[in-house]
Order: sequence, then structure tokens, then C-alpha cells
Amino acid sequence: MLLNVRSLAKSYDDRLLFDNVNLSLNARDTVALTGESGSGKSTLLHLIGALDAPDQGEITLDGCRYDDLDDRGRATLRRTRIGLIFQQFNLIGSLSVAANLSFQARLADRSDPEWTDHIAQRLGLTPLLGQSPETLSGGQQQRVAIGRALAARPALLLADEPTGNLDESNSDAVLTLMLDLVRESGTALFLVTHSDRIAARLSQRLHLSQGRIA
Amino acid sequence: MRRTALIALLSHWRHRPGQLVTLVLGLALATALWSAVQAINAEARNSYASAAATLQSAAQPVITRPSGPILLEEYAALRRAGYPVTPRLQGRIQTPDGPLPLLGIDLLSWPGLAAPANDDTDAGSAASQPLTPADLLTAPGRLLAQPDIARQLANRSDLPPVITHQAVPPGRILTDIATAERLLNRQGEIDQLLRTGPVPANAPPLTSLLPGATETQPDSPDTSRLTDSFHLNLTAFGMLAFAVGLFVIHGVSGLAFEERRATFRTLRALGLPLPVLTRLVLAELVALALLSGLLGLALGYGLAAALLPDVSASLRGLYGAQVDTTLQLRGSWVFGGMAMALIGALTAGAQGLIRLRSLPLLAATGPDRWASAAARQIRLMSVLGIALAAAGLTALSFGGLLAGLAAIAGLLLGAALTLPALLRLILTRIAQRARSPLSQWVWSDMSAQLPGLSLALMALLLALATNIGVTTMVSSFRLTFTGWLDQRLAAELYLTARSDRQAQEITAWLSPRVDAILPRRSVDIQLANQPGRIYGITDHATYRDNWPLLAATASPWDQLQTGAVLINEQLARSANLWIGDTLPLPNSQSAPIVGVYSDYGNPRAQAITGLSHLTRQFPNLPGQQMGIRIDRSQIPQLTRQLRQTFDLPADAIIDQRRLKALSLEIFERTFLVTGALNVLTLGVAGFAILTSLLTLWSARLPQLAPVWALGISRRQLAWLELLRSCGLAALTALAALPLGLALAWLLLAVVNVEAFGWRLPMHLFPLDWLGLMGLAILAGALAAILPARKLLRMSPAALLQVFSHDR
Repeated sequence: MLLNVRSLAKSYDDRLLFDNVNLSLNARDTVALTGESGSGKSTLLHLIGALDAPDQGEITLDGCRYDDLDDRGRATLRRTRIGLIFQQFNLIGSLSVAANLSFQARLADRSDPEWTDHIAQRLGLTPLLGQSPETLSGGQQQRVAIGRALAARPALLLADEPTGNLDESNSDAVLTLMLDLVRESGTALFLVTHSDRIAARLSQRLHLSQGRIA
Repeated sequence: MRRTALIALLSHWRHRPGQLVTLVLGLALATALWSAVQAINAEARNSYASAAATLQSAAQPVITRPSGPILLEEYAALRRAGYPVTPRLQGRIQTPDGPLPLLGIDLLSWPGLAAPANDDTDAGSAASQPLTPADLLTAPGRLLAQPDIARQLANRSDLPPVITHQAVPPGRILTDIATAERLLNRQGEIDQLLRTGPVPANAPPLTSLLPGATETQPDSPDTSRLTDSFHLNLTAFGMLAFAVGLFVIHGVSGLAFEERRATFRTLRALGLPLPVLTRLVLAELVALALLSGLLGLALGYGLAAALLPDVSASLRGLYGAQVDTTLQLRGSWVFGGMAMALIGALTAGAQGLIRLRSLPLLAATGPDRWASAAARQIRLMSVLGIALAAAGLTALSFGGLLAGLAAIAGLLLGAALTLPALLRLILTRIAQRARSPLSQWVWSDMSAQLPGLSLALMALLLALATNIGVTTMVSSFRLTFTGWLDQRLAAELYLTARSDRQAQEITAWLSPRVDAILPRRSVDIQLANQPGRIYGITDHATYRDNWPLLAATASPWDQLQTGAVLINEQLARSANLWIGDTLPLPNSQSAPIVGVYSDYGNPRAQAITGLSHLTRQFPNLPGQQMGIRIDRSQIPQLTRQLRQTFDLPADAIIDQRRLKALSLEIFERTFLVTGALNVLTLGVAGFAILTSLLTLWSARLPQLAPVWALGISRRQLAWLELLRSCGLAALTALAALPLGLALAWLLLAVVNVEAFGWRLPMHLFPLDWLGLMGLAILAGALAAILPARKLLRMSPAALLQVFSHDR
């Protein structure tokens, strides 16, 4: 088992978002998490992504518990084992597309130029490598974000509404590319979405409602 | 409608109290520095005016007799012949705090007498009943002084009662000439006659009634020019500090405008007319300016009160100008300060007001737009900067003090405007060469932050360059001045006898006891048609070995005894004379110039010739001054013996070391004010960086959060934030170095020559630069500590806000 979440609980500002959440993922699984607005989907993704710490429960990746790590430990885990994709792309505006693409892989000292070139080619970014992210369209920017997350070959890829800012045709194209690359890299995908259409394209679907996973 | 709109506008400050504090404090600091300088200037100018009005000597010719005092009978003869002259007798009264200058004048003609004679009796020594002119003019007479002097003289039974009077120049005692005669024991003697009007056409020549007399124009115009230069320099500093402060305000008000863009748009969309909205924003700006102005005036008053004693000491030491040390609230600088606060706020807010007028109802919001607009301005600014610097350097070719100051202004402003483009170029190049992804991000991120930080960095550049320039000037001056003092004050002791006869007795007594006696006599005469003084000295190795000559013929000291002269640098520059020329003297005489010497701190023209030659020209010159060469170990014993044998007062014998210490103390105090303003300007620049970092904080978080999410810890990011600020400060300091040195050169080679008449060699002080670089980095670090600490303590939840659209 790659990811194991047990009895997870989290509240914000005295509001309980969820408690006793349990789920698990195997390598190469692609899981969609759906739920109403405010149900805590993104918060659950942030906890799994070692961006925040839970109030209770435990999370393990490849058998190693990480919910109780300090800030530095969590940063190292994110850098080396987890890929993150956000709705707002969150590229680094001061770096070129090429530098953004290889940024996390180089940070984690796992840079593989051949793999990065392959990703760039598959995502149709090769002609754009020298440009600044600010000159790209939304779809192009999200493709750079996907490439950046996969360039380090993470064990787990977490995506939070990755196509939420794109129109339907762009959304489908970007999702297809992402799923293809996830398969190629052997990474597990945990994706948060509102869209039933997108959730249907993944191998497994979970629903978060009233603090419980169904 | 207006009230509702105003409440909506003002709610921004409740939401962002830090911005409000920064804006008010920035404008208050700028106003404080400006007002402090203006308050000091106003106090000094008032003292000059008071002195000129009281002593009526601003531009009146002075009649003196170099060979000795003018006698009462001769004065009477002049008056009978129709000469409109009034007598003056000068001396000193000993007090436990040192000697005080006493000036005896004809009090009947003194304008202050018309006012109530006793305007303050709290000195404790003055009579409390009303005074009549007879009280002042008949024995025991009265002494008139300002309160601080009056307190020193209180309870002195050997002196007439003291009356405090604000019209008396600071630092002096005024009395009727008859009282002065008694106190100074100089019955029937007059030092100077002031000519108060034209001499009748049929009056006999002056020298027929007063043999050996000369009439000279007083040197007050020169002093006024010099003090004007001093005040101009202070004003320039005040203006610079104000400009640095404006950078703070401009940055904050620009960001506040951008953050309220959405509010402006909403208010307009809801039906608030544009003119009403503009007037409301303008009213808010004026209210903030008035609030900040009042705070600034209070701070400025405190600063000026703290600095005034040193300014007063500087002006007294440098130019002999007496400036009152008590600060008064004067309308000129109070209203001027408020006006500057208003002008500053309106200048800084003008851009926002103009943008408000053309604000479209539908457009993207957010501070990013402000940053991207600022980025577009960088290129335009650099072009303008290069043009300004070129204009400044062109101004140099016109010559004069104003041209020098214009060159400095052009260079400083031009360099400041060019700085962001230069930094962007450097940072882009470094980022391109960086190997690790993190360093690549750090450098490129520094470059990306430039638009938002450029105003603060420009302020820092100005402060650092000024610091380097002024420190180089002052340190060069100190080094040169110390060396010059060592040369000029080569004799171990300097002695002033009570009379010529006593000087002869002392010389005879000293001859077997010391290595050498160096007598010196002087006379005030016109040198190259300007008031000056010529000294006569004997030929001795002390002068040959030590005297600081800037230029000389092959054997200047041999030629002095035959009537040649050495002249000081001030005279050489003002009269355009050099070695090989002849120095025009009164009565169509002249003397060949065989050398030019440096003479720092003296505003007057001066010349030196052989003593024997001078005494042939002026046979009755008083000869009471002499230098004494002696082994230093014998000084205490010799001084004691001299005082006992000849009953000399304490200040008659001056140890060279004490004189040097005194001169250096005056020197240090002169530049204390400059130093204080220097540090304050640097402080304001540091504050500018802090405010920029804090105000940019909300825009900064979305840039840091993704890097954190990709696996860089908050601690590491906080360190990088510190590093970024320190790096930008260090790069700015590096850019400030050549600019500061150019400023130092302009100050030493252009402004000093025009303002003071002497040119100083420029020395370089690399250790000072390193210190300043460290200070700049420290300022950058201090400014970044708060944002870095904020980042370090920020909860992951707060950072996640950047990504969250759903929870």
C-alpha cells in the first residue's frame, strides 16, 4: 500500500471539517475525491500533501508516518515524494518555462533531463521553454504545472481542481495528458474535483460529505 | 452620500493600520528633518540680523589705527571737523567660565535704548526699579547682556549691575564706552570708529586729523557669504532628507491607491460622481498631511533644539558669528514645514489622483497591476536619470556655487533614477549564471521584486552616497586639517603679554631659558582691495620646516625679509593671484608673492612678510604676541614661572596642545550636525525599505507559497527573504560607492572652493566604505526581519489560503 490514512480529523476556527477519515491508495491508483463546497476536500488533500498537520489520526506513505513531522521534515517529503498541482497553476513568474518545469526535480536532486524533455514534448511545451509563464495561456500554464509536478517522478501526485480554471475542451485535453503521464511515470494520483465528468475518468471515486468518506 | 462614501474610503485604513502608520510616520519624518534644518537656519539668521541691527556695523566703514589706539582728543577733533563717527572700545571680562567679550559703545546712539531698558530682572543682579538713560551713562553704569550671560555675571560686586536685554547680540556684553574704559582700565582710548555717514566735502583728510589711521570696509559681507554657504549646505541636506522621506510616502500611497482601486470602482459603479470621489480622496490626503505635518513639526522642534548648540558652536568657531542657542517657535519655519508636508503629500499622491481621474469602471484589480506598471516605468526612469546626470555635469561648466550644487543634485537624482534598471541588469545576469534551482529562483525573484522596492532602494542609494560623499569630505578635511595644525602650531607655547613693554621684559627673561622666541606682529589693512591682515614673522627654522605651503618659489623664506609676501589660499583664489604676481597694498604699494599657504577655517584674506620689513612700514605696531620653542617636558615649570614673575592671566599663555585640541573640538562640532543629518537620512532610507517590504507583503505571499509547497521550509524561505533584502542593500551600497566618491569630489573641488575659498586634497577611506556597506546590509536585514519573522510564524493554514478555493 502506498498511502494509508487512518482516523484523520481536522477543524478550522472551531468548525469541524471531518473526523475519522480513512482511505488508502496503491501505487498507480487514480482516485477522484468529490464533495460539496466547504466539505473539506482541499483540506484533506493538503493534509495528505504534508502541507498542513491533522488534529488527529495518522498518514503513512510507503509505511512511513509523516503527519507528525516538523516543518522541515514535511518540506523534505513534499520535495522528494509528492507532486502538487493547484487550480491557480502557481508557477514562478520570475523563472522561464524550462526552469519552472525542472524546478522541483532539481530541488529534490532527482533531475532527469531526458524525462523532462519527454514531458515537455508530451505536453507540447517544447517551443515555449524559453518564455516567461506570464506570456502563456491558462491551459499552457497548467500543462507547465503538471510537467513540474511529474518531472521529479513523485510517488504520489496530488491535484486540486487542476482544470477548474480551464474551459471544457482545454480541460479534457489537459486531463488526458495528465493521466497519460501519470500512467507512464507509475505515479498514484489523488485528484480533488467538483466535476462528475472528470471524476468518472479516474479508476476510483470517493465522496466526502458531512465529515465522512463514502 | 458623501459621508457614506467617506466612511467606505476611510475603512481601508482600519483594515490596514500599518499602511496608515507608515504614511503618517514617513511624512512626519520628512517634515521633521526639513523643519529642523529650517528652524536652525531661522534662528541663526535672526541672530545675525539682531547683531547687525544692534551694533549698526553691517556695512559701515571702520576707522582704525594699526599703530595703536585712537585717543579721545583725536576723536573729538574728528567730530569737530564734521566726521560722522561713533567710538567703540573692546576688551574681555574674566569670569569663572572664561573671558567674555565686552563692547563699549556710545549708548546714546544705540537703538536698543529706546526700548524699556530692563526687560527682565530675573538675573538677580539688575535693579528692579525703572531705569533712566542717566543710570546707563553715569557711574557705576550698567552692563547689558542676554539672560545666559547675565546669569554668569550675577552677584559680581566688582562689576556694574547687569541688565538682561534681548537686543544684545548673543555671547557679548554691551555697555557705555565710559563704563568700558573704567572696567578695561583704558581711559581715553578708542579701538575703532564707525563712520555712520558720508564725510563733508570740505572736511580735512582723515590722516591729517588721525595720523596712521586707515579706513576699511568691515568683513561682514564675506562672513555673511560664508554663513550663507553653511546654511545652504544645511538646506540641501534638509531637502535631501525630505526627498528620501517622499520616497516612503510615494510608495505607500501608491500601494494604498491600488488596494483601493476596487473600492473606487464600486463607489463609482454605485453612482458616486467622479468629481466628488476625487474631492474626497484629496480631502483625505490633506487631512493626513496636516496630521503628519503637526507631528513632524513637533519632532523637528525637538531635533533642532538638540542640534542648535552645536550649530551655534560651529558658526562661532568658523566665522565668529554669534547664534543664540535657545530655539524659538517662528512662523517662517512652522508654516514652511506645514506647507512642505502638504506639498510632499500632494506630490506623492498626485499620481494616484491622476489615475483616479482616468480609472475605468471595469478592469482587473490588485497590487500586481501597480508592480507591473512600475516595471514599465523603470526604462523611462533610467532614460530620465541619464539625462539629469548629463545636465548636472553640464551645469559644472558654468562655475559658481549654485552650478556645483546643481551638478550634485543632477548627479544624485540621475543616479537614483537609473538604479532600478542597473540592478535589474545585474540580477538578470547573475540569475542566468546561477546553477542550483534555488539560487536561480532567488536571483530572478530579486529582479522581479525591483519594481516594488525601487523607491526604497533609490532612497537608500541617496542616503548611502551622501554618507560616503560627506564622510570622505569630512575625513579628508580632518586629515588635512590635523596635519595642517601640526605644521602651523609648531611652537610649543603661545604667549600674549599685557603690553609691549612687558613683551620686551618677557623676551629678555625667556632668552636664556628657551630654544627660540618667535615674535609676531600684525596689522589689519586692505590686501588686493579686500579687508585682511598682514603678519610679520622672524626668519626661523620653525617656519621653514613646518609652514604648509601649497606653492612657493625656490627660496621664499629668504625673500620675506626683503619685503616679499606669502599669501593664504583664500586671498589667492578670491583675487586670482599666485606666485610670481604682486600683491596690491594700500597707498599704491605692492609686494611680490613668493608663496601660497593653506589657511583652513579663516574666512579673511591674510599675508605674511618679514617682521623687520613690516615694522619699517608700520613702526608702532603692538608687539605682545610670541611663540616659544621649548622642550615639552619643561612647559609646566616655565608656564608657572612666567605667571608668577609677570603676573600673567590664565589665558595669556596657551599650550599648543590645548590650542590644537580646541581647534579640533571646533572642527568636530562643525560636522556634528552634518553627521547627525547623515545618520537620520540613512535611518529614513532603512525605514523606506521596511515600509516597502511590509506594504508589498500581501503581494509577496502568493509568490512564496508555491515555493513552500514545492518543498522549501518556512525557515529556509525566511532566511532567503533576509538574504534577498541584504543582497539588494549590498548591491545598492556597491552602486553608491562611485556615486559617493563623485559627490565627495564635487564637494571638495567645487563647492568648498566656491563656498570657503580653499580646495582640499581628496583622501580615500576604504575601511569607512566597508563599515558603511555593513551598515547598509544591516539596514536591509533589520528591514527584512519583521516580514521574515512573520513568514516564520505563519501557520500552514495561512499559507494555504493562497491555494484554497474550497475547504
